[in-house]
Amino acid sequence: MSNHAPVTDWVHDFDHTDPRWTENPFPIWEELRAECPVVHTERFLGCYLPTTYEAVKQVAYDTEHFSSRRVIVRDVRPDATQSAPPITSDPPEHKPAKQLLLPPFTPDAMKRLEPRVRAICNELIDEFIADGKCDAAARYTKHIPVRAIAHMLGIPEKDGELFIKWIHEILELGIKDNDTMMRAIHEMTAYFAGHIEQRKRCPTDDLISTLMNARDKDGQPLTDVHVLGSLRLLLIAGIDTTWSAIGASLWHLAKTPSDRARLIAEPELMPTAIEELLRAYSPVTMAREVMKETVISGCPVKPGNMVLLSFPAANRDPAMFPDADKVVIDRKENRHAAFGLGIHRCVGSNLARMEMTVAIEEWLKRIPDFRLDPAGQVTWSEGTVRGPRQLPMLFGSAG
Amino acid sequence: MAGKLKIHVDQDKCQGHARCKSLAPELFELDQFGNAHEIGDGSVPPGLEDKAWLAQANCPEIAIDVTEE
Repeated sequence: MSNHAPVTDWVHDFDHTDPRWTENPFPIWEELRAECPVVHTERFLGCYLPTTYEAVKQVAYDTEHFSSRRVIVRDVRPDATQSAPPITSDPPEHKPAKQLLLPPFTPDAMKRLEPRVRAICNELIDEFIADGKCDAAARYTKHIPVRAIAHMLGIPEKDGELFIKWIHEILELGIKDNDTMMRAIHEMTAYFAGHIEQRKRCPTDDLISTLMNARDKDGQPLTDVHVLGSLRLLLIAGIDTTWSAIGASLWHLAKTPSDRARLIAEPELMPTAIEELLRAYSPVTMAREVMKETVISGCPVKPGNMVLLSFPAANRDPAMFPDADKVVIDRKENRHAAFGLGIHRCVGSNLARMEMTVAIEEWLKRIPDFRLDPAGQVTWSEGTVRGPRQLPMLFGSAG
Repeated sequence: MAGKLKIHVDQDKCQGHARCKSLAPELFELDQFGNAHEIGDGSVPPGLEDKAWLAQANCPEIAIDVTEE
């Protein structure tokens, strides 16, 4: 596994795996944005970074010049791409692949799941509340999305550590270590193939069955590659992302007592606060591959390059959001792009919002007073998805 | 005094973020795919004008038109 040389000139170079970016990317984006709406690095075999909301939006809306066949920026670019519909699908394949996944993820479907998520949150809190301290990432935020998506997929929640291992290998280690990524993909594929076999004998009504029962416009079942790719996507997308968003929100609330107090005094503010937390701490950065030469916000963009499609950076653009660098939990106008823009809007956005809302509500109900443990260290994940992976908290008599 | 407001969701632009439904449940409904459209003919009942503007201002796809008659 190779380690990257540190970035020394953030204006003509960038690296989303650099420790400085991992620790605190926001000032870096400010610097880059001041330089150009689209910056470039030779790293990752050539990669652009649109730094403004407008530039990110232009790329996201342009499926002709920018393909989703590669959605992670990596050190290597093997000829063969991993198919994970619909995230890696371009039009015209994209729409039918996405449509069949939309009904299980509507707000109404999420309302039915909500009581279970509330119960999960309280079960988790029961385990550590008497301790007066915990690593909220390891004991709380991690488990909520794992259990929710496992339930929807119909796979055992107890396999959660295995899912987290695969995600770490694919999204973080896999940027620099192709062997590890491929091994994880093969393991995930074999895991889901086993579950598919089970359901051929005993059908269920979970997401795995939804994909097995789906028919294309010619009435044919989806290919194995499609079904397995979509299942890998649902598991990865359903865990790392929401874990990060819940964690970042609790991190913010731990160090901002005034926002905690407001949310407790004004529970009706929660939906607005959730959107602001999504804007300020957007967990997901996507990517595109440049297929044809074009111009984005006046900057020429050439094929053979990737684009690091940073929705988090777009969400911090002061041209779009007044006080962009402040968390304003009652922000009234908030067209944030945390779930993307255009046809690839995150299928799981309603699930993510529900999990975030319930996780924060239940935590605040049971642990209204908490702070970051000064004896501990908050660490953040690297690369594609950013969120706290260690979040030491003090509360109760210790808080 | 402002005339009656009318809202309309552009179905080509709507991507199912569902912000409108969250902010103005009286004015929007979602289909089986989670995509939004205006309830009825989009006429905004008196007293809900602020919610109509708020929904428009929060749609990431700028898919909501608000017109004054």
